[in-house]
Amino acid sequence: MSSRGITLYLHVHQPLRVREYSVFDTAVDHNYFNEPDTLTDRNNETVFNKVAEKSYRPMNALLEKLLADHEEFKVSLSITGTFLEQAELWAPDVVESFQRLVKTGRVEIVAETYYHSLAFFYSREEFVKQVEQHKQKIREVFGVETSVFRNTELSYNDSLAQWADEYGFKGILAEGWDPILDWRSPNFVYQPEGTKNISLLLKNYKLSDDLAFRFSNKAWQEWPLTADKYTEWASASIEDAPLINLFMDYETFGEHQWKDTGIFDFFEDFVGRWLTNPDNTFYTVSEAIDANKPVGSLSMPSTVTWADAERDLTAWLGNSMQQEAMGYLYALEKDILRTEDTELINDWRKLQTSDHAYYMCTKWFSDGDVHAYFSPYESPYDAFLYYMNVIRDLRWRLHETHRTGGLRG
Amino acid sequence: MLGWELPPHNSGGLGVACYHLAKALALQGTSIDFVVPYSAKHENIDFMKIHSATKLSPLERYGMGAYDSNFLLETTEGAELGELKDIRDVQRHYTRYVEEMVSGKESADYDAIHAHDWLTMEAGIRAKQLTDVPLIVHVHSTEFDRSGGGSGNPIAREIEYQGLIIADRIIAVSQVTKDVIIEQYGIPADKIDVVHNAIDVSSFDDGYEYDRRTYKYLEGLKSEGYTIISAVTRLTIQKGLVNLIHAMAKATTKYDRLALLLAGDGEQRNELIQLASELGISDKVFITGFVRGKQWRDAYSVSDIFVMSSVSEPFGLTALEAAHHDNALILSKQSGVAEVLNSIFTYDFWDVDRLADQIVGIATSDALQNELKQNVMREYAILSWDDVAEKCISMYAKPLAGVFA
Repeated sequence: MSSRGITLYLHVHQPLRVREYSVFDTAVDHNYFNEPDTLTDRNNETVFNKVAEKSYRPMNALLEKLLADHEEFKVSLSITGTFLEQAELWAPDVVESFQRLVKTGRVEIVAETYYHSLAFFYSREEFVKQVEQHKQKIREVFGVETSVFRNTELSYNDSLAQWADEYGFKGILAEGWDPILDWRSPNFVYQPEGTKNISLLLKNYKLSDDLAFRFSNKAWQEWPLTADKYTEWASASIEDAPLINLFMDYETFGEHQWKDTGIFDFFEDFVGRWLTNPDNTFYTVSEAIDANKPVGSLSMPSTVTWADAERDLTAWLGNSMQQEAMGYLYALEKDILRTEDTELINDWRKLQTSDHAYYMCTKWFSDGDVHAYFSPYESPYDAFLYYMNVIRDLRWRLHETHRTGGLRG
Repeated sequence: MLGWELPPHNSGGLGVACYHLAKALALQGTSIDFVVPYSAKHENIDFMKIHSATKLSPLERYGMGAYDSNFLLETTEGAELGELKDIRDVQRHYTRYVEEMVSGKESADYDAIHAHDWLTMEAGIRAKQLTDVPLIVHVHSTEFDRSGGGSGNPIAREIEYQGLIIADRIIAVSQVTKDVIIEQYGIPADKIDVVHNAIDVSSFDDGYEYDRRTYKYLEGLKSEGYTIISAVTRLTIQKGLVNLIHAMAKATTKYDRLALLLAGDGEQRNELIQLASELGISDKVFITGFVRGKQWRDAYSVSDIFVMSSVSEPFGLTALEAAHHDNALILSKQSGVAEVLNSIFTYDFWDVDRLADQIVGIATSDALQNELKQNVMREYAILSWDDVAEKCISMYAKPLAGVFA
């Protein structure tokens, strides 16, 4: 096996956005996710079709081509349950194209929570259920088993790694954040503190974010980024190290960076360039772990994510609205599960998707960094009001149909 | 009569008060030319002649926010509208229209000019200059009130000052307002008469029946023993809602079965949402957004306790509407309507502890709640627009004598 590999890992996700759900809908209409207005970004089908056209279809076509052209090309994907449900409904061809990718044997699926939730931080039991639900869904759709885990928003801490180790995962993904790594490089495999058999892969955020965030930024001094330049950077970064972990949102390709920025051509070009050196290769996440023994152990007692300058959960749980909304939601766990009412349980779980909390984020008001956040709502306050009205409706359904829980107000 | 709005094209209580006052005046034989700053049909108004000073639609005029002197109009369609960029432009246009109306060949022989609030005061002053007819300025709210007890917009304040100085007689809708006019504008007390607004209960007899499905969740809470507290109001600083939210948080530490319905919208909404979540009572606070029609009336009906938490409220018609829909009332002492009612609780707008105490007291005693509801009904029923009209007519006849209320 070659000595220098890129581990390309792309995260595929779409949430089920809550429609403009008012006080007057509460206790009357239990449909939370089907916005009737097809022109708004709260309409999940509209958004899905738009992103499918701009990103999923052209990028999957490119990945297929790269897999056909280059024997050494590999990629890993995490695909959420909420994405697959929507794709099955509105774009079955997209599901099929992912299935073709996986069938090549050179595309690995990464495990995560089915609902792209923050359940790990609220309920270990619920978290495990969602991991298993996701494993099952991946089995059904792709016929494969997952063995490497990533948590929502790449959130990670020592106790998550310890859980994943005990659960039997052989690898786990995290942000390679400088203040934690100190003098160490993200381009090695590590062993999480307090674990036995699991390996830790760290995102090389500089090289990853060059594509994910900076690629089309004309104010960036390196713009325009060429495949030559990027290959040079990657080679320099990996000089004395075995691998580069490029982790990013799948939607980087075509949605965050539009086609007209040249992202697709750049990427195809780069893969070719990289592989012209016979020492270079690509790894799936499992291969990266198999090929490289941990060089040492690494501890992250506090939670680290791949978001914002702070690399923490403040974009999701930083303000009191977010904390309150999530608190109310998870407080319903026992009552909801006890009903065994699949529809109610699924709605409750769909509301756990971290994007709902993200839409309530107000922290960019203070740093003026508006462009960094995407939301289909007029303001975080609107997002919060709609969400609270939905939570009340969950309580109503519990109370009316199952005579449990009791209303609160 | 110079006004800014009439139902159904009103954004607040000013239009309602003008409508009932004009109607009662007409019934007592007064003939009225009523000027509004927009063009629209008023199908239920045949007792007076309505003049439209501009071609703006009522919505465009709403958009400018009659209450918000900072708001800029964004409409630029048409030659006439093109020059109407903000509320000052509309006021200038309105004034020109009134000037032509009173000096035109066919102008009627007016006995009095009755101008409502700062919005029409310039026009009132010009009309007085051109006709030498007494000017009566009717104060429903001042810039001091609208800014929540601050200095507010200096232009609005200056116009109010000029209008109050030049007026032959001033009508204040409450003693609270009279005091503001004296203290904030330096107008001599003997130039001002307090004439409280009334409520026309018959206007609510339109076959309305409360629909329990409108606020179904709140009804669910009520059947669990919850008490619903409401404020039907614009969510602005004038209304003192920050104190109401604090009081709710405090009250729930003593008695948990409370929910607050805020029916309305306004620039303070986000701040209130944030505050409720900081205090951990978001799921006790229901914010509807702007409501009208059935949702508006049902908001009163679903409610048990109506709170008027205003920092400065010249009158506060909504309190009477709430009483009519069977609410116990808690009113800030800075609300004019509190002057005409006895079976109510009052508190200083800043006194969060007292308000919390009153909420819990009423919520936990059915006897007290029922007494308040029943007794206040008798009190507001006595208030009559006919009496208000009578006082106005005597003022038109002898403006310098004032009203002996």
